[in-house]
Amino acid sequence: MTDWLSRHVPKIVLAPTFFAVLLFVYGFIAWTAWVSFTRSKLMPRYDIDGLIQYDRLFSNPRWDTALNNLFVFGALFIVISMVLGLLLAIFLDQKIRIEGALRTIYLYPMALSMIVTGTAWKWILNPGLGIQAMVQGWGFPNFKFDWLINPKMALYTIVLAAIWQASGFVMALFLAGLRSVDGEIIKAAQVDGIPTWRVYTAIIIPSMAPIFLSAFIVLAHLAIKSFDLVIALTGGGPGYATDLPATYMYAMAFSRGDLGQAASSAMIMMGVVFAIVVPYLYSELRAKHD
Amino acid sequence: MTDMPLPRSQGSLLGRRLLRWGLYAMLCVFALYYLLPLFVMLTTSLKSLEEIRTGSLVALPREITFDAWSKAWSGACTGIQCEGLKPFFWNSILISVPGVLISTIIGAMNGYVFAQWRFRGANLFFAFLLFGCFIPFQVVLLPMARMLGIFGMAGTIPGLIFVHTIYGLGFTTLFFRNYYVTIPHELVRAAKIDGAGFFRIFWSIFLPLSLPICVVTIIWQFTQIWNDFLFGVSFSSAGSQPITVALNNIVNSTTGVKEYNVDMAAAIIAGLPTLLVYIVAGKYFIRGLTAGSVKG
Repeated sequence: MTDWLSRHVPKIVLAPTFFAVLLFVYGFIAWTAWVSFTRSKLMPRYDIDGLIQYDRLFSNPRWDTALNNLFVFGALFIVISMVLGLLLAIFLDQKIRIEGALRTIYLYPMALSMIVTGTAWKWILNPGLGIQAMVQGWGFPNFKFDWLINPKMALYTIVLAAIWQASGFVMALFLAGLRSVDGEIIKAAQVDGIPTWRVYTAIIIPSMAPIFLSAFIVLAHLAIKSFDLVIALTGGGPGYATDLPATYMYAMAFSRGDLGQAASSAMIMMGVVFAIVVPYLYSELRAKHD
Repeated sequence: MTDMPLPRSQGSLLGRRLLRWGLYAMLCVFALYYLLPLFVMLTTSLKSLEEIRTGSLVALPREITFDAWSKAWSGACTGIQCEGLKPFFWNSILISVPGVLISTIIGAMNGYVFAQWRFRGANLFFAFLLFGCFIPFQVVLLPMARMLGIFGMAGTIPGLIFVHTIYGLGFTTLFFRNYYVTIPHELVRAAKIDGAGFFRIFWSIFLPLSLPICVVTIIWQFTQIWNDFLFGVSFSSAGSQPITVALNNIVNSTTGVKEYNVDMAAAIIAGLPTLLVYIVAGKYFIRGLTAGSVKG
């Protein structure tokens, strides 16, 4: 008996986590998937009724806006954060004397919650008292910067705040990558008289491909999950101009009492995340095996 | 590249010096961009409402007053309740401390098994655990709300601790597993020959080596739980709301005069614990961030 026990101790230790993950991750996903195929409204119903919720979802202009916003926001957020992060990393990599201090300054937003970030930017972007008022006060009475309350532009304020929050982190990733490039190759290139910018574009940056991939995955994941920032900065408004799938799902689940819509929109979100993450994790795990 | 001097042959001395100045100027401009919100928050929180209305966004306060801070801490209204952030700050501590500890301890044991006591199916389970880290939480929100309701934990602090522990396990396990993998198997084999068992080996070999990874995991989990809003707003009720939810309620409450100085003071208070962690243990914070996102 004690022998059996000692042989199986490792499995027994893992068992609670195993069952927790089975139930709270995969079981719950299955539940949500099931509900997304029913006519559930305020209360869940369990009789499958085909794709009715998905039909409703994709014929709802609000969801259309949310999904569009996700792609616009996600693309801008990812591309600008990566470019900015790479630029800052390369600048910081030039033997800067105050590198430590600058790194700290660039990265601290990542320690803050999105709610705090949103609150701060909401104040700065407030047309009545923020940047617009400030520049007008400098003697430019026609200056306009009212993105926050302009339905066409409000989405870009979210991009602005999200970049502020995450680009320092991308910088840290890239800086670590730059420092891990083989110094010998770079020295050899310099001895040959190849200009610094060529060394970067031809040798260093291409060798950091895996880091670009990681940064992309992290940023894409952040973009899809973005919820707090929208709530704190615009509340999804004006109207529902800055709705994202995450806020749509929340509104359906907790204020509209439409579980079917909440479930189907959550499933679409998961589909998008998995389409990005699964191939990545698969290749990572495979690489470890070889 | 620590050993990479700029090539000597390129450009004149003057040209290089100008380039250098440009570089520093650029870096400082970006530093201003990152610091601006913090600066504006801090100065706004120290101004009176009158000064905010008449002064400029980036002006320093003419007269420093801490009224906004004391109101944010103990008098601001979050909906109908007007007790400031104090009770919610306390809620966040009550949620994050047990949440961090439990998920870290379980993660350490799990990581130890995955790294050193491999069995058939362990890899598959690990892969499933990893995939679980990446799900958007929206997909578990509805069933979790129902389950917490069924078990009478809806809107309670233990309920939130439970949720954070469950969904933190993937990451804590991952951290410890990746760290323990680097400890040579021979060590475990030798200890087994000496008659040491599973727990004994963990206790006297692995645990003493674990300080760095414990710090990383604790910082990661603490910032995750402290900064969480989605679970907080979905699963808490008036008495158990974490500070992020309270902050959002203060800022977005529509009754009364908008007190921007109180909003900013409240935002700083809500951000202070994780900011402190970042300042004190920045090295580990960065390690946690990169480990949590890069290494599969």
